[in-house]
Amino acid sequence: MKYLTEFRDPELARWLLDAIAATASRRWTLMEVCGGQTHAIIRHGLDQLLADQVEFIHGPGCPVCVTPLETIDRALAIAARPEVIFCSFGDMLRVPGSDTDLFTVKARGGDVRVVYSPLDAVHLAEAHPDRQVVFFAVGFETTAPANALAAVTARRRRLANFSMLVSHVLVPPAMSAVATAPGNRVEAFLAAGHVCTVMGTEQYEPLVAAHRMPIVVTGFEPLDLLDGVRHAVAQLEAGRAELANAYRRAVQPEGNPAARAILAEVFTVCDRAWRGIGTIPDSGWRLADAWRDFDAEIRFDVGGLTVAEPAACRSGAVLQGLLRPPDCAAFGTSCTPRRPLGATMVSAEGACAAYFQYRRLAPAGRAHTSDSAGPAAAVEA
Amino acid sequence: MTDLADMTGWACPTPLRDHQRIVLGHGGGGVLTSELIEHLFLPAFAAGGSTARRDPAAALLDAASAASADAALADAAVLAVGGIRLAFTTDSYVVRPLFFPGGSIGELAVHGTVNDLACRGAVPLALSAGFILEEGLELAVLGRVAQAMGHAAAAAGVRLATGDTKVVERGLADGLYVNTSGVGLVPPGVDVRPDRAAPGDRIIVSGPIGEHGIAVLSVREGLEFGGDVRSDTAALHGLVAAMLAATIPGVHALRDPTRGGLATALCEIAAAAGAGVEFTESAVPVPPVVEAACGFLGLDPLHVACEGRLVAFVAEADTDAVLAAMRAHPAGRDAVVIGSVTAEHPGVVVARTAFGGTRIVDRPLGEQLPRIC
Repeated sequence: MKYLTEFRDPELARWLLDAIAATASRRWTLMEVCGGQTHAIIRHGLDQLLADQVEFIHGPGCPVCVTPLETIDRALAIAARPEVIFCSFGDMLRVPGSDTDLFTVKARGGDVRVVYSPLDAVHLAEAHPDRQVVFFAVGFETTAPANALAAVTARRRRLANFSMLVSHVLVPPAMSAVATAPGNRVEAFLAAGHVCTVMGTEQYEPLVAAHRMPIVVTGFEPLDLLDGVRHAVAQLEAGRAELANAYRRAVQPEGNPAARAILAEVFTVCDRAWRGIGTIPDSGWRLADAWRDFDAEIRFDVGGLTVAEPAACRSGAVLQGLLRPPDCAAFGTSCTPRRPLGATMVSAEGACAAYFQYRRLAPAGRAHTSDSAGPAAAVEA
Repeated sequence: MTDLADMTGWACPTPLRDHQRIVLGHGGGGVLTSELIEHLFLPAFAAGGSTARRDPAAALLDAASAASADAALADAAVLAVGGIRLAFTTDSYVVRPLFFPGGSIGELAVHGTVNDLACRGAVPLALSAGFILEEGLELAVLGRVAQAMGHAAAAAGVRLATGDTKVVERGLADGLYVNTSGVGLVPPGVDVRPDRAAPGDRIIVSGPIGEHGIAVLSVREGLEFGGDVRSDTAALHGLVAAMLAATIPGVHALRDPTRGGLATALCEIAAAAGAGVEFTESAVPVPPVVEAACGFLGLDPLHVACEGRLVAFVAEADTDAVLAAMRAHPAGRDAVVIGSVTAEHPGVVVARTAFGGTRIVDRPLGEQLPRIC
């Protein structure tokens, strides 16, 4: 497969690993910004291979995770309406709102459909003029151009029954938030390559200058990631802080001008709440005023939403090494591999799951019956 | 608004597990399906007697029918009746669309049930066919499906011995659904079941994975992946017979990796055997078109369904003989060893990546969902 297998070559990977090992005089803390990069690092075991040189802190670049609870609840309320066909990318269906998810809304009779492109939702609106078709427009700068194009197409086709529930988030403000957060340990960023494919790299120059941290635009295949790490470690060792592009085959400095033009027309920057993090100024896009007739938030009055996070999970602190799993009040009681509260207990690689498997010391009387099968229980989780 | 975001609160919201209604994921063959079986079906079916907790019919069968206890967890139940051992299984087919490159719901309905019997080492004898038809379905479509079933059964040497037809109102079924149940005869001495997998066993995959799932996805969603992909649907009992001809005691466990893919098959056998599984990721045959489609959609090839492949757990000493027998059979031409069973990390499946790292391989929670990005 072109552009896939070439960038998974074990021999070249070994060469890059050796180069990183030869350069690193100590262990550096890097944040890979995008969830896709996190997935690839874990999937290919790069974190283990770089255990002596790099600690990876997993960034907030997972659109599914950061979409605010209030938006999820609004989506659930709109999707439950009988006149609505609610269209979403597949992985949003499983995201829990305050007390339910889109799968459950669908099971109760809501017309929830998985689409692969926002234009599929536009086609549905054309095919069902008697229904209201709503597209759940979430994600980072990467997914936004196609979503903007859906609004443009719907206007061109005069579709009065199409709207979008928009909750776009922007990467650079989130990186600034990480860099300035109290207790931040991140020393360099591997920036999200696909976001840069759209937006280019110039947005990152001010971040490098403001925070004096290397930012390396990095791709998603193992060799891309290792090359990004190599650039970052080389800068850190030399005491430099620069913007570097380790994903040149996809990223131009100016990004994709056509995509940026349509984004500038359809969306406008706004403050945005990030789930689990809080509100970050100027960190989102909403529909621009000229496009608000396509805004599902305005079109559908779902009444006052009472928003409540379903569970008290401190996996954020665990992920940053600020909290040991056994010190969490929920550990082993309300949070187990079978009934996890957070990502670190869900994932078999997660710190809490690892502690639960190998080091759980249950106080007397605490029942572990449903999870007492040992490591197998974590696999089932 | 706060000036500084609180990164310590950063967490991934976890999927809901306590659904009060059936969601699509309950049929995905993953964790949700297992929980439904374990927490709803098994306790309900066991009501009425402690000795028959796992198998209510056990009292009617020979006392020696210990193997029947694994009914819900293996591909097929093995029932000892009057001195012979019958394998018994059932499966329902709800694939959409009804026809896809390389096959149709008709072939699947025959092959899937035949393969469940074969994975207990049984020789398939006869199938039932139950149809649920939607009002308005074209007879020509039903005719094509029935023809496909007839041809597949004839090719596999099994009889379609009994059947049932129901029609539901328009809108209550997606064209047609088929259920097939099957019975087969387990030859003397054959004892193939998930919990026989043991440390030292070699793990063999019979051919390239993921083609069925990607073929169906390509027509269902109108996606093209830059290559021809056809379902791998095939009957596997001939292949299993060839393996058993090489060694009877050495074939410990077999599984056809359908819903949930190879990852689920390996996890289920690791859990049943109470042993660990280790395999080399690069040894798993993933066709380029499957890899491309999965890369495009954000799916894991290890989670994509096959309908004509099996994974075998074979005693180390018999591995070469079984592998040679598989490669001599058309359904196992591309068979390869991908890993082995270990006493380490019982119940856990670990993949060795091409770069020398390792990762735990898990079952999907429910349905495979294409990612946003």
